[in-house]
Amino acid sequence: MAEVNVGVERIYRHRLLIRITHWVNVVALCVMLMSGLQIFNAHPRLYWGQYGANADPALMELGAMEGPDGSPVGITRVGRRDLRTTGFLGVSREHGQLTPRGFPAWITLPSYQDLATGRRWHFFFAWLLVLNGLVYWIHTIASRHLARDLAPRPAELTPRHLVQDIWDHIRLRHPTGEAAKPYNTLQKLTYLAVIAILLPLMLLTGLTLSPGMDAGFPFLLDLFGGRQSARTLHFVSASLIVLFVAVHLLEVLIAGAWNEIRSMVTGWYVVRRGRTP
Amino acid sequence: MKILAPTRRRLIMTGAAASVGGLLLPGCDRLSEAPTFRRFLDSAETLNLHAQRLLIGQRLAREFAANQISPTFRTNGTDLPPSPAYQAMAQAGFAGWKLRVDGLVGRPLDLSLDQLKALAARSQITRHDCVEGWSAIGKWTGVPLAAVLRQAGLGPGARYIVFHCADSMDGQAQGTDFYYESIDLIDAFHPQTILAYALNDRPIEVGHGAPLRLRVERQLGYKQAKYIMRVEAVSNLSRLGKGRGGFWEDQGYEWYAGI
Repeated sequence: MAEVNVGVERIYRHRLLIRITHWVNVVALCVMLMSGLQIFNAHPRLYWGQYGANADPALMELGAMEGPDGSPVGITRVGRRDLRTTGFLGVSREHGQLTPRGFPAWITLPSYQDLATGRRWHFFFAWLLVLNGLVYWIHTIASRHLARDLAPRPAELTPRHLVQDIWDHIRLRHPTGEAAKPYNTLQKLTYLAVIAILLPLMLLTGLTLSPGMDAGFPFLLDLFGGRQSARTLHFVSASLIVLFVAVHLLEVLIAGAWNEIRSMVTGWYVVRRGRTP
Repeated sequence: MKILAPTRRRLIMTGAAASVGGLLLPGCDRLSEAPTFRRFLDSAETLNLHAQRLLIGQRLAREFAANQISPTFRTNGTDLPPSPAYQAMAQAGFAGWKLRVDGLVGRPLDLSLDQLKALAARSQITRHDCVEGWSAIGKWTGVPLAAVLRQAGLGPGARYIVFHCADSMDGQAQGTDFYYESIDLIDAFHPQTILAYALNDRPIEVGHGAPLRLRVERQLGYKQAKYIMRVEAVSNLSRLGKGRGGFWEDQGYEWYAGI
């Protein structure tokens, strides 16, 4: 490059459509998570199989008990183990008062208990999420973003390279210079897992919860082992998306929040040259 | 342990989400209550209705095997209608109960339980999905609604079938706020839409809606009206309750509950 001044190179990293779909996704996923937890709170128990209600054994349950001093104690029951989770799960503060509720008010939409409204938010933004995902997928394939930027090269999938990449991530060491231009291997694999496995799983398990869709597409019930299994998998995959977002935000912080966020807004990403890790 | 992990992950997120949530939530609560925004959110229901009608047509809900029936079929909503008139009928084994079929029909009917049971029955082992999230599988036996409607002869303007129930939702013995539900003719004439009088080969118990409840298998639990007293054919839903077609619909739930 003919850059002369400070060893800094600007590259156009994210196309407009990728940037738009990214931020629509941020909004849609936040609403889906928070309204989803509102819906979960209406029956904070998870089961496996075709049916499941209060008399049936639950895999996981958020509940409340009365403590020795009469105040409510939040209980998270996983299998047969009881964990005290007062303040967050089972019992949390609503208007300063300890109240029995699955997930706390600050993470549900609406904040107060209102299943009908939670469902309205969830099903509206589900359409937005799906349409946004379709636009993203069509663009990603048609623009060769998938083949060029997301699909790992064969050399990247060798055990030696993968171990090195994992080790670099553990030490929080990030590539600079030329090596910072493409996505790294773990990053590629993670993005692929989210867009090709996790989000489609989210959608399909969600559709399986609909009695109408189950009539039209009964294979959904066979695929997930029943509506209640699908509900559990819907919850698990949502949790994995939350984990992805947490790690994603952490990586953005480590790699340089300003540069990363700017690149997802303007498209332009700054690479420092001449230094190696 | 599989489930425990996500909750720990959420704890990691707590800090980040709390700071964002602290700003967003009051705004979202206000939006939820703003009529214009609410209408905007509610518009997804129309999309869901048309998308599902397009995708599933007249297909049948899954019917399960006898060994898949829930050991306990929990009750929900009203367990015992508070009205003395209903309770007296229940005491008498519903001997004096009659189903009124009227509205936009050619021949209004009054059918006793025995008359309903004399009609060709249908049994189906299906899954009941509560809007809250739980499911129970049970075997329902009853009369296809289509048979009753044909006997009554729908008038040319009939578009919806309304189910008037014996349970008043204000909990008062002389209540006024009675449960009601409605479906359109596509669901009314669906082969699995039945007026059920038996659950798991026994007369429906009071908690499950004795003597007669609706099964409309491709929709959620609140559409399965219990304690049906009257079936009415109407041209539109606007003059009933708050005009949204059902007790829970009037509280903001979707009229189309296929999702």
